[in-house]
Amino acid sequence: MSSQIPDTLKYAKTHEWVKVDGDTATVGITDHAQAELTELVFVELPAVGRALQAGEACAVVESVKTASDIYSPVSGEVIEVNESLADEPGAVNNDPYNEGWFFKVRMSDSSTPDGLLCAEDYKALIGE
Amino acid sequence: MEQQLKKTSLYERHVSHGGKMVPFGGWEMPVQYSGIKDEHLAVRKHGGLFDICHMGEFKISGPAAKTFLNHLLTNNVEKLQPGDGQYSLMCLATGGVVDDLYLYCLETDVYLMIVNASRLDADWQWMQKALEAGSIQPENIRCEDLSNQLGAVAVQGPKVRSWIDSCFTAIDPGNNDSRVSQLKKNQIGAFQFENQKVWIGATGYTGEDGFEVIASNDTIPVIWDMLLAKGHVGCLQPAGLGARDTLRTEMCYPLYGHELTTETTPMEAGLGFFVDLDKGDFMGRAALLAQKEKGIQRRCVAFQMTGRSAPPRPDYPVLSGDGERIGIVTSGTSSPSLNNGIGMAYINTASAKPGQNIAIEIRGRSFPAEIVKKPIYRRA
Repeated sequence: MSSQIPDTLKYAKTHEWVKVDGDTATVGITDHAQAELTELVFVELPAVGRALQAGEACAVVESVKTASDIYSPVSGEVIEVNESLADEPGAVNNDPYNEGWFFKVRMSDSSTPDGLLCAEDYKALIGE
Repeated sequence: MEQQLKKTSLYERHVSHGGKMVPFGGWEMPVQYSGIKDEHLAVRKHGGLFDICHMGEFKISGPAAKTFLNHLLTNNVEKLQPGDGQYSLMCLATGGVVDDLYLYCLETDVYLMIVNASRLDADWQWMQKALEAGSIQPENIRCEDLSNQLGAVAVQGPKVRSWIDSCFTAIDPGNNDSRVSQLKKNQIGAFQFENQKVWIGATGYTGEDGFEVIASNDTIPVIWDMLLAKGHVGCLQPAGLGARDTLRTEMCYPLYGHELTTETTPMEAGLGFFVDLDKGDFMGRAALLAQKEKGIQRRCVAFQMTGRSAPPRPDYPVLSGDGERIGIVTSGTSSPSLNNGIGMAYINTASAKPGQNIAIEIRGRSFPAEIVKKPIYRRA
């Protein structure tokens, strides 16, 4: 079963996706990641205002079985988080690229972030 | 050095059912198929089928078998008539637990021990040591490790008893009591399946009614397919180790490596019921008797989170209401039945009372919880 990998997004090797709009980056986890993590029961998001470095562990997702770190693919300040995930962590499983977004970052450097993959490269990374 | 993972005779079935395979106790086992919550709730409501081929089987037989087992294990083997089983523990002289296990008396002087996969080698070595140290004549006892020949599946859930008789033939068809559904809790019986003898025990690790079927590894895949086909009327579905873990945690059944280790005793784990201090000497008795008389410093308790939090996990600190560290979580998860964080923890005896407010430290923050009576889950 192959997972969805929208062409319009950028991807981190750690399985987060990024949608860049000006200096704002919206971050979530990929369809492949949610399938691997299995049904989520809890999502812990970073505090609004927190300064993040690219590659920093900043959120935690928990399935029944285990807790896993989620890393910020970009550097900058957290300006908004998806509060609805507190009540509906399953949105990450059901709609990882829309309803299941995690947080928005105002990027400290608004040029396209380094080290992110295009859809095709991410697809190759996960072996699909 | 990385050890090659072993595959059970059901491996191909797991993959074709969409099982997600993970390493467990040296084996490659399915953690889930449709999803842990789905499988957990299916077992509570209808039925689930588990691969437990990874577990070890020792056969101990001979005129000295009973005497030897009574010296090796904490529970009283004298209580077992042919066809009976009991939960028991194997302890070090310190009272620390080598393993927890099920012991069945198959017939007079013939016993079958079901042990944890991860402890099989340790158990065998400890058993050999006990044999060498004892005064039993070698010709009076025979210990066999049948783990490579035998496999097992567990079929668990409230509907199972209603259809299980359609699956196995009685060895003595004239006798009404020789149906699988006539087995009472902890009893074991021999049945026929396609001209092979299989052993079926009325036990499990889920808190639901059900059976464990022990058969040769060659027969196990055929039994698996047959159970899924016949169990269709009772909505039977495959269930993985993930659901097995959440089911047993809700029931507060210990898991070796979590509630039980060589550093913890049955008394501390709350398993004193399975330790017969009056049956005569056995390995660990002096230490366990001393604990019974002098009391224990820590106790394994069950707890439930009282507000919204991430699920508790093993090794998270347990705090008192005043924020003082009083223990450590050994098992923790999100309960699919209760939709809440639950777990077990070792905490200082003084604080180990049901109703006590405690807190669990999760990633540096403290979240309120309450010590609750075992089991955490009770059928409504």
